[in-house]
Amino acid sequence: MTDISASDFSRQSAPRVEARRTRLPTQWLGVAPFFIFALMFLILPTAYLVLGAFQNDRGEFTMENIAALSQPSILAAYWISIKVSVASAILGALAGLAIAIAIVRGGLPGWVRSATMTFSGVASNFAGVPLAFAFLATLGRLGLVTVLLNSVFGFNIYSTGFNILSFWGLTLTYLYFQIPLMVVIITPAIDGLKREWGEAAATLGATQFQYWRMVVIPVIWPSFLGTVILLFANAFGAIATAYALTGSSLNIVPILLYAQIRGDVLHNPHLGYALAFGMIFITGLANVVYIWFRMRSERWLK
Amino acid sequence: MADAFLNIQSVKNDYGATTVVQDFNLGVEAGEFVSFLGPSGCGKTTVLRIVAGFETPSAGAIMVGGRDVTNLKPNQRNIGMVFQAYALFPNLTVAQNIGFGLKVAGVPRAEANARVAEMLDIIRLPEFGGRYPYQLSGGQQQRVALARALAPKPKLLLLDEPLSALDAKVRVSLREEIRSIQKKLGITTVFVTHDQEEALSISDRIVVMYGGKAEQIGTPFEIYNRPATRFVANFVGTLNVLEGTVTDAAAGKVRVGESEIVLKQPLSDAKAGATLSLALRPEAISLGRRPGHDSSLSGLISDVSFLGSVIRIRVDLGKNAISLDTFNSPATPPPTVGDKAVVNFAASDLLVLAV
Amino acid sequence: MKAGRTWAWLTFAAGTAYFFIPLIATLEFSMRMRRGIYSFDAYQVVLGDVRFQQTFGYSVLVSIFTILLGVLIVVPAAYWIRLKMPYLRPVVEFITLLPLIIPAIVIVFGYIRMYGSNSPLPFLATARGTDLLLIIGYATLALPYMYRAVDTGLRTIDVRTLTEAAQILGAGWATIIARIILPNVLIAVLSGAFLTFAIVIGEFTMASLLNRPAFGPYLQNIGANRAYEPAALAVIAFAITWGCMSVIQVLSRFAPKSANQPN
Repeated sequence: MTDISASDFSRQSAPRVEARRTRLPTQWLGVAPFFIFALMFLILPTAYLVLGAFQNDRGEFTMENIAALSQPSILAAYWISIKVSVASAILGALAGLAIAIAIVRGGLPGWVRSATMTFSGVASNFAGVPLAFAFLATLGRLGLVTVLLNSVFGFNIYSTGFNILSFWGLTLTYLYFQIPLMVVIITPAIDGLKREWGEAAATLGATQFQYWRMVVIPVIWPSFLGTVILLFANAFGAIATAYALTGSSLNIVPILLYAQIRGDVLHNPHLGYALAFGMIFITGLANVVYIWFRMRSERWLK
Repeated sequence: MADAFLNIQSVKNDYGATTVVQDFNLGVEAGEFVSFLGPSGCGKTTVLRIVAGFETPSAGAIMVGGRDVTNLKPNQRNIGMVFQAYALFPNLTVAQNIGFGLKVAGVPRAEANARVAEMLDIIRLPEFGGRYPYQLSGGQQQRVALARALAPKPKLLLLDEPLSALDAKVRVSLREEIRSIQKKLGITTVFVTHDQEEALSISDRIVVMYGGKAEQIGTPFEIYNRPATRFVANFVGTLNVLEGTVTDAAAGKVRVGESEIVLKQPLSDAKAGATLSLALRPEAISLGRRPGHDSSLSGLISDVSFLGSVIRIRVDLGKNAISLDTFNSPATPPPTVGDKAVVNFAASDLLVLAV
Repeated sequence: MKAGRTWAWLTFAAGTAYFFIPLIATLEFSMRMRRGIYSFDAYQVVLGDVRFQQTFGYSVLVSIFTILLGVLIVVPAAYWIRLKMPYLRPVVEFITLLPLIIPAIVIVFGYIRMYGSNSPLPFLATARGTDLLLIIGYATLALPYMYRAVDTGLRTIDVRTLTEAAQILGAGWATIIARIILPNVLIAVLSGAFLTFAIVIGEFTMASLLNRPAFGPYLQNIGANRAYEPAALAVIAFAITWGCMSVIQVLSRFAPKSANQPN
């Protein structure tokens, strides 16, 4: 299941045939620790869960666990997880793209770019529990922005139905690391857009809009989509921020799985495996979509 | 001048305090191939970009076909341009690249396809329409870029160092191809290059530029044989410069080392005793006597370089040194370093350089 | 042109507002502990807390071991693949991307099931074993970043040519690795190390599910029970992340520049 999620590797050169001489295994000594480690602590544990998802207590093959995922509380958890991940990935990608274009092509002074890149490096790694604290201090019931809006403008954002412990609250919080991650990844792609392409298009009579529609968007689309998938997976598996922000009041899949691991709240260990399998399946599926798309545009990618 | 097809009138351009182009005037006739030649930073690319509309001149005007285009955007000027780095759109096939200008102009599909096929034939890549740019060699990419620029039938073709990124051999064959296509289509063309051989070989006229100014405008023959300034003489071709002292201005007599040379024309604005620079092309000098070579200087051979078809010999003349070219001949071995040599030339080939 | 610049400035300003308001708010909130005036009381309380010191110390120690483990696994593999087995590169790159796809909570769930007390490899039977498993888990999480950093470092120095040059000069393998390769990729390795540190120091999921007394679960615990201290901790955590990234930036200035590689 997991081997469908390569993003960059499908365009790597094919194995070099002449290099495949049969040699003594000393050749493999350098890479052996890596492969043993990956097998034992990455691939086998995942495979164990995936297999477990299709077994019952007696070790027989069954689809019951997967079928059991369709109970309303679990479906609801998947649904809200997907919603938060999709929303934060797409909004984060668009905002990050806008910032990247602004700092690369916007004619801003050089320090803006370097400051933005540095800050993005920091903010994309500022996640987890502390991020939740920061947003509680900002938009919680006693947060600075909440209080200021109320005392200066007499506007109580909580009266509009907003809640930091809700879907939009979580999405807004996730954007804090999603946007910078997008900036870090997509800026090199924007750099790759050559100025001459725009000039060539202009001399050929194209308007700015035509140039964007026919050249810029098709050219950055694969990197954009790849990053959206990465952002999606990034949000989909995240638990610490949500857990610290909402406790267990927001029912997203990682929090449900967390509770299941701690206390078997679903009263069925194999259902826990199925829950984990479902998570891998969804991030895997997102990657299949990406690879499928990439193969379509592969024709012009080297 | 005023009825030329492309008129660049008193164009100036400044970047902040630095002047990049100063008072540039040029008229290019319809169907003419004009090169801007000069070292990097001389302003040649800036003038080209002003014609294309990517830069706005701080003063002056650009007229194309009698129409003032100074304030038009690049996409309204109907100009074809080829860039140094090909600048093909990577996501489009060769045919789509060539058809780009037709598509944005809303040309009907059948007509556009026919035009693309015609352009593919002209650049001799008829089978390549379905390929992507990365599948082509540099020379092929640049031919496609040329076809793309020509497909919408522009009024003017601008070539911005189109050959600089290519291998030496491809460079020569492609420049000949560009010239023949240009002649066939009769399109008015401005070509920017820093390579004098390129400019000399394909242009109707050359504008030698330096420091944001046109140093000289003329045919390749005029530029090479009658350079107007010292810069042009030095930049175009290899040049020997001899320092001499005027002995008799009215008779055109100059002393170079031990010998006295009589120039063909009187030196009207020089006084006796003044120092003077005389320039001579290597190919105008011979080691033996030749008909017409009426002057000579003697010295010692200090270096011999075998360049294949040509042997370049350096002769030390005391204060001056001179390089000359002789053709390789399999029967005669080249002279040796340290030999005495007498160099002969025609006094009429000497260029008196303005100091 | 002017309109484009205005648009760029507006975008930049909106981004700046979104990213700085929470920081300012957190800082302000963290100083509100004493009624009526701003003070650093919350920081004093936090830094004076024994559990803070213990869990932070534990996490620092775990980070260091994680970095060592990561280096031991990644550097030889990346070097060997650049040098001798380029055909393995797609496989290795694919594996190093997996931790970005498989959520950490799934990986640690797998560990708990596979390496329990009754399994053939009972990591979880002892506290030391669990510590080791936590370190292993963190090394897995850091794998994509560590591998990328080291591989980029190796690419810029062109290991193959350097190794061949050293061999021609008569150097043995030990000399080559110790004297040529390591010093040249040290900067890259350190960059990977500080990134690893930034990721691992406040990690919550794995430490919590393996029941280790790490900084992440401590943060969560404080957040659930106190008012102003979490904000102070958030500021401290942000400062740590900032510090790690700054070190990486500074290090990159010392990195060997690609001298003869068109790459």
